[in-house]
Amino acid sequence: MEKNLETVFQDKVDQEIKIEPKDWMPEKYRQTLIRQISQHAHSEIVGMLPEGNWITRAPSLRRKAILIAKVQDEAGHGLYLYSAAETLGISRDEMYDQLHTGKAKYSSIFNYPTLTWADIGAIGWLVDGAAILNQIPLCRTSFGPYARAMVRVCKEESFHQRQGFELLLTLSKGTEAQKQMCQDAIDRWWWPSLMMFGPNDDASPHTAQSMKWKIKRFSNDELRQKFIDMIAEQVKVLNMRLPDANLKWNEERKHYDFGKINWEEFWQVVGGNGPCNKQRLDARKKAWADGAWVREAATAYAKKKASLNPSKGGTSETV
Amino acid sequence: MILLRKFYYGDYGESKNGAADISSDNSSSGVVTEWPLWEVFIRSKQGLDHKHAGSLHAADAAMAIENARDVYTRRMEGVSIWVVESKHIHASNPDDADALYDPANDKAYRHPTFYNLPDAVKHM
Repeated sequence: MEKNLETVFQDKVDQEIKIEPKDWMPEKYRQTLIRQISQHAHSEIVGMLPEGNWITRAPSLRRKAILIAKVQDEAGHGLYLYSAAETLGISRDEMYDQLHTGKAKYSSIFNYPTLTWADIGAIGWLVDGAAILNQIPLCRTSFGPYARAMVRVCKEESFHQRQGFELLLTLSKGTEAQKQMCQDAIDRWWWPSLMMFGPNDDASPHTAQSMKWKIKRFSNDELRQKFIDMIAEQVKVLNMRLPDANLKWNEERKHYDFGKINWEEFWQVVGGNGPCNKQRLDARKKAWADGAWVREAATAYAKKKASLNPSKGGTSETV
Repeated sequence: MILLRKFYYGDYGESKNGAADISSDNSSSGVVTEWPLWEVFIRSKQGLDHKHAGSLHAADAAMAIENARDVYTRRMEGVSIWVVESKHIHASNPDDADALYDPANDKAYRHPTFYNLPDAVKHM
């Protein structure tokens, strides 16, 4: 019987029929999705911190409005994703708990500091650029709620990348100091951006299964190469360079060759030893603790209102 | 092992353990403190149907609408919002899909193209 269900499930996936929350699915599929979607959601939420750092110091009202809108989008993306994960049977509080206790990971990139204003541009261009390459195939992922959330995310994400590039383009045409600031940000964000695609394919044990289930559509290395080919061209428009002496067009492969990624650094940051791991987690935990009274007060208020007007469940309007 | 007392949108409550309930007052242990889950429906344009957009947590309906406005209509995606607590939604059982929807397969005569009429017949 179990075998039978598994075959039916895989047939559906093979035929590109979406899996919905109440459909039978292998327990491992469910667990993999919970892990992946919740990590993704945590990344959006923690990802607000490095950028939030610059909202008060944005150089103009225009830039400030843009940055606020972008950070607000990221909160929204986190919420879409948490909701998608919840359809798999994990509660929001459990996910928060996993984040706060360090049981769940988030993208390591957000453990790097934003030292200058140019970092906001580099994050938009490189970090969001890398994220988009990961996210576009996820719009077709086999689990319905995840795919639908990703469609919404992708629609909103492209402004994030474009504003980042525009920001750097402005700096690249500025004073000598501004140009230097631009180059410095690219130098610092380039390698961590490449690490965002995850370990090399031969060191990524889940990839094969995730591909079979059509959770993933492309391997880490395929996406990384695509990203490098894209950015190596775009950087020319900025008149800047990427910090890799081995970056060179390979006519035979029709791809850029590139230098060795420092995986030791990657695993250190994943393991909690990045420049800002503690700061980021502390900020999340503090926000959660500081908001406790609001959550309690709202619950008490809703309960009181419902008891005064039980027929409407406390609602003010009917449809 | 945490026992999940939570049911989700798409659940068919009564046939199992009773209607879905995720609000705090029914938790015997007092562990569950989450705000209830709400489903959000958005009318994208005057004259169109409200369509399911997603879900969110809120303490009450007013807050659910406010949050839905911030989460789901930041780019003029809607002109009207409905919210309903997820526990009030009942859905057909996916296991019954064959029995419920297959019988329609062989009733082609329900469609206008089933009928061959002479070309001379106009406006039909």
